Amino acid sequence: MSNRETGTFEVKSGHAQMLKGGVIMDVVTPDQAIIAAEAGAVAVMALERVPADIRAHGGVARMSDPEVLAAIQEAVTIPVMAKCRIGHFVEAQVLQALEVDFVDESEVLTPADESNHVNKWDFEIPFVCGATSLGEALRRIGEGAAMIRTKGEAGTGNVVEAVRHARSVLDDIRRLQSTPPEELMTTAKNMGAPHHLVEYVHEHGKLPVVNFAAGGIATPADAAMMMQLGMDGVFVGSGIFKSGNPEKRAKAIVQAVSQYDRPEVIAEVSKGLGVAMVGINISEIPPEERMAERGW
Amino acid sequence: MPVEVGVLALQGGVEEHMASLRRLGVTPIPVRRPEDLEQSGSIILPGGESTTLIRLMQRWELVEPVRRMARAGASIWGTCAGAVLLCKKVTEQEHDLRQECLNIVDVHAVRNRFGRQRYSFREDLAVKGLDEAFSGIFIRAPLFEPLDENIEVLSRVEEGAVFLKQGNVWLSSFHPELSGDDRIHELFLRESGIDF
Repeated sequence: MSNRETGTFEVKSGHAQMLKGGVIMDVVTPDQAIIAAEAGAVAVMALERVPADIRAHGGVARMSDPEVLAAIQEAVTIPVMAKCRIGHFVEAQVLQALEVDFVDESEVLTPADESNHVNKWDFEIPFVCGATSLGEALRRIGEGAAMIRTKGEAGTGNVVEAVRHARSVLDDIRRLQSTPPEELMTTAKNMGAPHHLVEYVHEHGKLPVVNFAAGGIATPADAAMMMQLGMDGVFVGSGIFKSGNPEKRAKAIVQAVSQYDRPEVIAEVSKGLGVAMVGINISEIPPEERMAERGW
Repeated sequence: MPVEVGVLALQGGVEEHMASLRRLGVTPIPVRRPEDLEQSGSIILPGGESTTLIRLMQRWELVEPVRRMARAGASIWGTCAGAVLLCKKVTEQEHDLRQECLNIVDVHAVRNRFGRQRYSFREDLAVKGLDEAFSGIFIRAPLFEPLDENIEVLSRVEEGAVFLKQGNVWLSSFHPELSGDDRIHELFLRESGIDF
């Protein structure tokens, strides 16, 4: 009698819509997950190592140990996300079997396929993917992603790449809005993006899914800047648990995002947060170690 | 005189509710601090993450003003997480939980009653007051158990009540603002005596 349907695109992208205006925090233990939830995170990204440590340790970075994920799922009631390698559809299947709420097909892990991403239409759970440009965002949505985020440069505590990617996507959207209809097919060809999604952006002036900022966000002001630029919410990776006072910083970033256009609030919440993560200048990272360049 | 309805704008599906109100000719007022409530006689609490929303409402001093509105008989509608916040009792399907809430309606909300996101779903619902089925989108949705007799159940699924009202306070565990169908917003406005 019931006509119940799970895993439809509206159910997947709808979940992303409910995360808007929120902060998603990287955590590696149940205790950190509890701190994140107490601070008001809308979701946690459960990991074995935060990006800053992945960067420091080197080697192949893979999906987290299911035991770590299960412990974090047990610790909190908010959604739990987890990362799979780009193109690693079996890691994605495992994450679905573990019932994580969202999969991040992430450039922070070592890619498993040098030319293809996961076919996200095959899954009942939603995916978020990184993008550095509108073409890349639309390719991921074409593969079934229900949410997009900037790549930024994870594990650096440096927001400059996230700003570059956010501006690039938003500039491309504005340009596409004023592109004459007869040029849309060639634009789609040049962007390497599906034509129907190019038409959607031309018509609506926005992506068909939620668009978050990620990669290098370390302070309440970083987070509020990404919101003022027009992002729908924020991922904070290493920035919280690699700082002097994670509890206080986590709360401050949540509060700053909820009142992102009120500088007096950002000023107030930014007081006495202790040491921010040290951070790395992008020019000091050899090109082959830059995570943002992974993804096709 | 334009008609104005407040929409709690701290986190979650805020824009979707505002878009629906605009399509119906109502001016939405995003509510982020107590003074934003002065102009609106009714408010929608959107979906989002309930633990986030309650913390932000406490931090930005919106808990008492919304409670005062409820006592004064204002129309209030919570969807999903927003509905959970309005309940007197909140538990969770898999976890032990002590969640603070606004304590306004005599309803027990069971959070994540249908399970994790994998089990989120769409289902055609029969809704009291609507002639045709409504496509309900349920995302990590709660289920409601009425704790008082004066609660009117407007829609249910196999497991129990998913849309109900007590006086002027409405709760929906699904997301009418996501379906692109404004009939439930229309129903809420009409029944609340809001002229639009």
